[in-house]
Amino acid sequence: MKSSIRLNLTLAAALALVLSGCGSTPNEELVIGEYGSLTGNDATFGTSTKTGVEIALDELVAQHQGMIGGVKVKVVVEDDQGKPEEAATAVQKLVNQDRVIAVIGEVASSRSLAGAPICQAAGVPMITPSSTNPRVTQQGDYIFRMCFLDDFQASVVARFTALHLKLKKVAILKDVKNDYSVGLAKYFTDSFTALGGSIVAESDYSAGDQDFRGQLTAIKAKHPEAIFVPGYYTEVGLIARQSRELGIKVPLVGGDGWESAQLIGIGGSALNGCYYSNHWALDLPDPALQSFLATYKAKFHSDPDAIGGLAYDAANVLFTALQKLAEQDPDTFKGLSSTKAGSDLRKRATKKLRDLIATTTNFKGVTGTITLDENRNASKPAVVLEIKDGKKVYNTTIGPA
Amino acid sequence: MSEFLQQLVNGVTWGSVYALIALGYTMVYGILRLINFAHGDVYMLGAFFGLYAAQWIGAADHPTPVRAFVVLVAAMLGCGAVGAIIERAAYKPVRRSSRLAALITAIGVSLLLENGGILVFGPNPRFFPQIVPSSQISLGHGVSISNQQVIILVISTGLMFALRFIVLNTRVGKAMRAVSHNHMAAALMGISVDRIITFTFVLGSMLAAAAGVLVALQNPKIDPLMGIMPGLKAFVAAVLGGIGNIPGAVLGGLVMGIAEVLVVGYVSPSYRDAIAFVLLIVILLVRPTGILGTQAAEKV
Repeated sequence: MKSSIRLNLTLAAALALVLSGCGSTPNEELVIGEYGSLTGNDATFGTSTKTGVEIALDELVAQHQGMIGGVKVKVVVEDDQGKPEEAATAVQKLVNQDRVIAVIGEVASSRSLAGAPICQAAGVPMITPSSTNPRVTQQGDYIFRMCFLDDFQASVVARFTALHLKLKKVAILKDVKNDYSVGLAKYFTDSFTALGGSIVAESDYSAGDQDFRGQLTAIKAKHPEAIFVPGYYTEVGLIARQSRELGIKVPLVGGDGWESAQLIGIGGSALNGCYYSNHWALDLPDPALQSFLATYKAKFHSDPDAIGGLAYDAANVLFTALQKLAEQDPDTFKGLSSTKAGSDLRKRATKKLRDLIATTTNFKGVTGTITLDENRNASKPAVVLEIKDGKKVYNTTIGPA
Repeated sequence: MSEFLQQLVNGVTWGSVYALIALGYTMVYGILRLINFAHGDVYMLGAFFGLYAAQWIGAADHPTPVRAFVVLVAAMLGCGAVGAIIERAAYKPVRRSSRLAALITAIGVSLLLENGGILVFGPNPRFFPQIVPSSQISLGHGVSISNQQVIILVISTGLMFALRFIVLNTRVGKAMRAVSHNHMAAALMGISVDRIITFTFVLGSMLAAAAGVLVALQNPKIDPLMGIMPGLKAFVAAVLGGIGNIPGAVLGGLVMGIAEVLVVGYVSPSYRDAIAFVLLIVILLVRPTGILGTQAAEKV
């Protein structure tokens, strides 16, 4: 029975080869797609993801000549300019033209939410390294994530604010057009009020805004003890500066959207004494993290951010699953290099790849140990960083309650 | 009360920037009956010229008032030159064609500057250096103003008075007013209409450049598409005040700035951009000539 399936598969493969036409050569590469904001308002998200994946690929080249199961791995990167509509186009192109076997991306939840349904419909596994909004992996069983979720992240920030900083009155300033920001604000409100705190003011802005003085003046009048800003680093930096100019001296707290090498450059000294939750802290002595840090510094002459680390982990999780597939089921594995995007052979192969990614357990990444649960999410503790004299300093680690 | 006063301070500062941009729209319209849609992009260029000037003379690392002033002047001169080139290369050839042709040319120039900006400056936001370190000045009653806001107010008011002086008290200003009344008659009186039109563009572009640098001073994020929204809003401000009317542009800009900040502070920040266009619709319905726009008003 088994051998007849194998025979059928071989026949199907041969048929697929014939059907794919005389002009086109069979795809001799494993093409992995990556999409991200290489340009635009939050460009470091995309560029950090790209560098993280590059390092993982470099290591694959060093260890296995860049090959998995005897086939060369290639990564195609698409820029979505930081716009959800461009993200959908980018993923369409990756899936339909480049015929990728898996997709890595995005950072921003809004853009992952734009790409995920396309991957799900095409049966191409998508791993988001760092989108934290719960809805992302709810798009379907082909969507995975390497990081914690926003309901957890918000509870971390809420617990930190209420229990460590011992503050009770918080104002929220969120990006109303951003799924990530809106989600975090909602979860934060739930957790923080459950801990006995109160939200004294809530206001919003739209990504790309320049001037936040109107909102901040209204917030200042309510005398909060801290301001929760669940946005991305560009706006956070500007908000910090303008709040200090308006004489608001209370700390700003936020989530992993702050994580960028550019944050301090934009916000400057206005950010001192502010806190945000993150996936890692570079000053922790974890050996895997420190070795990644050294590799990264040698190649790019700067410190990586957690976005890059998560992308590195995402690429390695994918490589590991591919390796497993090549070892356990070489025939199905061959289906991945079939040029027929819609062929049954290929669909079976990407399905198998999906199953293998889903079984990822105790994967030692640079951003912590990754075990995917039944909802395809990684459950990891969060760290809280404090900004002190223009540097991000580890403050505490908060695990699931 | 202190919150309201603080919002007013924010609104007046923001409004004075709109006023500076609106002046350029209104002057060009007064003379050519042309809505120069590329004007917002000249404002963007002003911010970038300022950025490069600041880096070049080291104003970023060692800010001094003199260096900050040099940055402002350099940006204004750069944009003045760009304004002259735009007028000569793009608008002059179509001046005798229909007004629609000129309007479409203006949109084309705008797109050229935006996408050219992406090509030259890169698509990612850049951050304007702090050429004037910020500090706060308390006005009492919990109201504070930053020194940068004071600089914006002082420089923009100064430039508006300088413009008023040029238009009302100089020969070239007299010529501008003459051209605005009637090209043909002005030409018959021996006025070089072409030169006056170019001069108007230079003047308008310099004001836009000043607005660009002043805005970048307090909102340091600049990118090649930053001119679109402020450009549109300043255009609305010009219409609001009565397009073609110089005091009207200033008034329109201030009304716009204050309206925006009040909407953000008291209604909803989501309506920030909407208020500009609500004002436009209302003014077009109620008083299509604008607040100060009458036939008797001085047109430049």
